[in-house]
Amino acid sequence: MPRTDFDRELNNLMDELLSLGSMVQKAVLASLHALKTRDLTISKQVIRDDDEIDNKAVSIEETCIDLMATQQPLAGDLRTIVTLLLVSTELERMGDYAEGIGKIGLLIGKEPLLKPLIDIPRIGELASNMLRLSLETLVSRDVEGAKKVILMDDDVDALYNQIYRELVLMMIENPKNIQRATYLLWVAHDLERIADRATNISERTIFMVTGKNWDISDM
Amino acid sequence: MKNENELTNVSEMTSLENIIISARDLNVYYGNFRAVKDINLDVKKNQVLSLIGPSGCGKSTVLRCFNRMNDLVLSAKVEGSILYNGINLYSTEVDATEIRSSIGMVFQKPNPFPKSIYDNVAFGLRINGYRGDIEEAVEKSLKQAALWDEVKDRLKDSGLTLSGGQQQRLCIARALAIEPDIVLMDEPCSALDPIATLAIEELIRELISKYTIIIVTHNMQQAARVSDETAFLMVGEDRAGYLVETGDTHQIFTNPKEERTESYITGRFS
Repeated sequence: MPRTDFDRELNNLMDELLSLGSMVQKAVLASLHALKTRDLTISKQVIRDDDEIDNKAVSIEETCIDLMATQQPLAGDLRTIVTLLLVSTELERMGDYAEGIGKIGLLIGKEPLLKPLIDIPRIGELASNMLRLSLETLVSRDVEGAKKVILMDDDVDALYNQIYRELVLMMIENPKNIQRATYLLWVAHDLERIADRATNISERTIFMVTGKNWDISDM
Repeated sequence: MKNENELTNVSEMTSLENIIISARDLNVYYGNFRAVKDINLDVKKNQVLSLIGPSGCGKSTVLRCFNRMNDLVLSAKVEGSILYNGINLYSTEVDATEIRSSIGMVFQKPNPFPKSIYDNVAFGLRINGYRGDIEEAVEKSLKQAALWDEVKDRLKDSGLTLSGGQQQRLCIARALAIEPDIVLMDEPCSALDPIATLAIEELIRELISKYTIIIVTHNMQQAARVSDETAFLMVGEDRAGYLVETGDTHQIFTNPKEERTESYITGRFS
């Protein structure tokens, strides 16, 4: 069968990307857990581990460039490699957001939280699910599944807007709340951006499989 | 050998937009063997069309139909039509030799005449009874072929003293001298080194402001670099070549419609 080596390299590349996705998902969940349990050790670990995420993303990018130079991929192969290159960048940025949440955990320290964490873990769960599903549908080349992930972003946006309004109200009611409210707003914002990036991954999946850019208005 | 096949209905022909030459229901036989079947293909003016496909799919056979070079193959028989400016080139009134002054050809192996550089280009002009300034025409052709600067001081030198890439550009200049509309190129770079290849490719892109080019190539990256449209041919089970897909080059190489096209260009065709 022609191009056995190339196919094997493509499969390895996909495995590496999934591995990166797994690292990012762990970082996101760990950063939220640290925030909830006020475990600063875990926050610090998340921050340190971001270097590994960055290194893995760079390695994937180098492999993609290598394959483009040496294999001159065309058509579906080209779209696949370009997609994996771009998805690697999305995951690396998600890792940065998880690191950001870790840093906010350190900033909050042992101070009492402004309010119990209820909505933020909810948005975190939604974002984490979107990340997981976006990668699953990428691997299985599931276009309909990818579209569903994109649609999930509406729920995340709605929840973020709710959190935003609530925290702004708290700031208006009492200026002493501003700093603590801002920290939580940053966390919510980072999670909302993780969901956005998962949406991007799904859009790239649709392009990879169909060769066409899909817009939500196409539904 | 040709099959007499006239079309009298001008309105059927190449009036669609920008089409300069077309193949309609083209079938080519070598003796009893059908080499190419049912080709329908339009070529747009001032564009590069590349013909790609595996060995034996009939790319060069199709290319040679456009200027009736297959007439020179004793066993070749052509059915169908090639429509050029409203005329079927395979109709009885058409003089094959005259066609070749409008539809020139460049071959895989550079084949300059064993004459001076000057005479290589002037030859076609003289044969065709050119009445203008031959010196001016030679200079113009050599400039068009991006060769003038390299040879202007040694036009009397033999064409055979040039490098491979230069010889091919000389052959292009020779073809351009008689001001064709279309230039057919049958793997023009396969005998050249990478640098000469890129020089020819750049030249092709410059020439399309004035000419239409149809190129056969085995090199898919070349087809992707140099052409506006690409036609993919394949060998059928009956060993006849047939057209699988034609389209915008960008689309063919990033998102072909046919699975067979995808298999071929990704190298998974076996």
